Amino acid sequence: MMFFDIEVNGKTIKARNGETILSALERNAISIPTLCHIRGLQPSGACRMCVVEVEGKQGLLPACSHPVEEWMKIRTHSPRVIKARKTNIELLLSNHPDDCLYCESNGNCELQKFSEDLYVRERRFFGKKNKYKTDPSSASLFRDPAKCILCGRCIRVCEEIQNVTALEFIGRGNEMQVGPAFNKGMNLSSCINCGQCILVCPTGALTEKKHPAELQEKLHNPEIQTVIQCSPTLSVTLAEEFGFRTGKDMEGVMYAVLRKIGFNFVFDTSFAADLYITELAGELLSRLRDGGKTPMFSSCCPAWIKYAEQFRPQLLNHISTCKSPQQMMGTLISNHFTQSRKLKAEKVYSVSAMPCIAKKFESQREQMTHKGITDVDMVLTTRELARLIRLNGIDVQQVEPEMSDQPYRSRSASGKMLAVSGGLTEALIRVLFVMITGKDLQAKRITELRSSKGIKEFTVKIGDFTLGFAVVNGIGNAETLLNEIEAGRTDIHFVEVMACPGGCVGGGGQPASHDDGAVKARAKAIYEIDDKEPVKTPFKNPDLQILYDNYLDLPVNGEIRQMLYTDYQKREVLL
Amino acid sequence: MPIDIDVICSRYKKGSREALLPLLQEIQEEAGYLSEEAVVAVGRYVGLPSSKVYGISTFYDHFRFMPKGRYHLQVCGGTTCHIEGAVSLLREIEKLLKIRDGQVTRDGMFSLQVVNCMGACSKAPIIAINGEFHTVLSAGDLALLFDVIRKRA
Repeated sequence: MMFFDIEVNGKTIKARNGETILSALERNAISIPTLCHIRGLQPSGACRMCVVEVEGKQGLLPACSHPVEEWMKIRTHSPRVIKARKTNIELLLSNHPDDCLYCESNGNCELQKFSEDLYVRERRFFGKKNKYKTDPSSASLFRDPAKCILCGRCIRVCEEIQNVTALEFIGRGNEMQVGPAFNKGMNLSSCINCGQCILVCPTGALTEKKHPAELQEKLHNPEIQTVIQCSPTLSVTLAEEFGFRTGKDMEGVMYAVLRKIGFNFVFDTSFAADLYITELAGELLSRLRDGGKTPMFSSCCPAWIKYAEQFRPQLLNHISTCKSPQQMMGTLISNHFTQSRKLKAEKVYSVSAMPCIAKKFESQREQMTHKGITDVDMVLTTRELARLIRLNGIDVQQVEPEMSDQPYRSRSASGKMLAVSGGLTEALIRVLFVMITGKDLQAKRITELRSSKGIKEFTVKIGDFTLGFAVVNGIGNAETLLNEIEAGRTDIHFVEVMACPGGCVGGGGQPASHDDGAVKARAKAIYEIDDKEPVKTPFKNPDLQILYDNYLDLPVNGEIRQMLYTDYQKREVLL
Repeated sequence: MPIDIDVICSRYKKGSREALLPLLQEIQEEAGYLSEEAVVAVGRYVGLPSSKVYGISTFYDHFRFMPKGRYHLQVCGGTTCHIEGAVSLLREIEKLLKIRDGQVTRDGMFSLQVVNCMGACSKAPIIAINGEFHTVLSAGDLALLFDVIRKRA
């Protein structure tokens, strides 16, 4: 790789042959604003925020898409550049609704940030405001096209990372907007609810669907017992929202804070994750022994499930029938927990906090209801939970850690591992090892599964079985593997699919970050927890063993046991 | 008029994206518009998601997504017609028929389309009804014209 010198703002920096100006600037810690750029994807050059002045060139050049050349003398913040950027922002604002104080993304909006950075203080252009209808049709996603600045990031993520292509530019010129096919509701589109578009949206045009008033009512209704379960990912993410180091584990503090907010019972979904892995391992073993459909696919990611139901219905009988950990926990809460505490099921309001917006959709699936009543009544994203904590004025710094509630208090390291891509498979191998050989797996970690790659494969001999495991994150990567499997690959017995890059730590309900640094830091925190935790497998999780012995394994509870399983159906949408 | 999309598709190579626009054009030629089924079917045939096909076809003014009425009104939006008051004619039509550009009345009688210059600038503002040019129309003439057409039908 060839390096050469270029001059930027009077200083000499090293640039790599073939890279863009932006990439050279970023590597040398020179920051310029971008609105349409997504690192790792092809540049689109739509927003023109990244323009720079290059000596000898008449016009300003877009740094994101222009290759760097050896002779270049670049100025990134000359008066001419700043004027161009500022005019750009002012034009974008000319037809913007301008309701920042009432906006979902207030304080967390790139358009707002840049108009502040560029010192926009008066309205120079008066454009006609767009009057577009909002789209509340999806269970997970809320669209407000009037706030859209047409940067195209959502379209590119949906197409290039997820291969779903639910969104596209519609119309032309002044009337152009971003929407799904036929500009109908998102509920009719091929959207899989992964929420990656929310993470990249620079404004408030794409957000999660939420019902804060309903939650407040339930929290302050003395007749209702509110229960919350927290995803394994939450404890290592919340820190970012409150100014702590990215990846700091705040598990105990989080439980204490949730009790202060008014939740009567606080549970850790990692407990249900332990249950999930155990059931999953049992299902895989029985498929292997009885000649069932293999490879078996994981079922914990609801975005992947919706993807399969729409795009690959022929593979549905390959997907594990286990409910996801969230829904297993929901089933336990609405049956086992309410019975053991002698509560009335209709007086229990079951909330879950997840790094995910597809979980919102999942909780409303017909299969996840019992006599028309949902097991999980409301799903909050990490962002919503952080907002709820701020709403209640709780100073997170001052809170002493507490434990989660019985009867689902203890967990193994395996349960926590579901937060990262590859973690489920690593935990599953541990469990299978115990199930088949009766002994614990010696290796403390499986490094092949811990890289940040999109497709990971690992083959292991357990007892008489030689098993192939594959791990994919991002639906685009999943498609590559699925095509290989459908073309006849037989060396893989289990496939873990997570729709979001990096797994749940990079989920669509997480705080937005514009590089994968935060996602990696969260994953690292999960692995650190795993390294420290002495209880490695669900078999050593005392509360889970009590649950099995005294409840799930009792013959009278056969029906309840069945409720941990679900089924899938082909879904008709606009593909 | 129902048309056989599969037959039209079979004239093009399956999976070839270059076929997209000619295919859409041919379907519109025969059916008068692009139905949802047509967009989905064409997408499947050339290997593109329906969101993409819809996005591309909305880029071109040529494509319409509602059937034509028995009487298809084309209002010229060219420069001369614009200066000569095409906009007020258009507003009057929208008011009288309660439809907008690209739409069709509920009884299927009239459909409306704004087009680019029809090449009769000397007679501006021009509207064409089923391809027949009508000139020197004032806003008041329109109500009369639509009444005549309705009675004749």
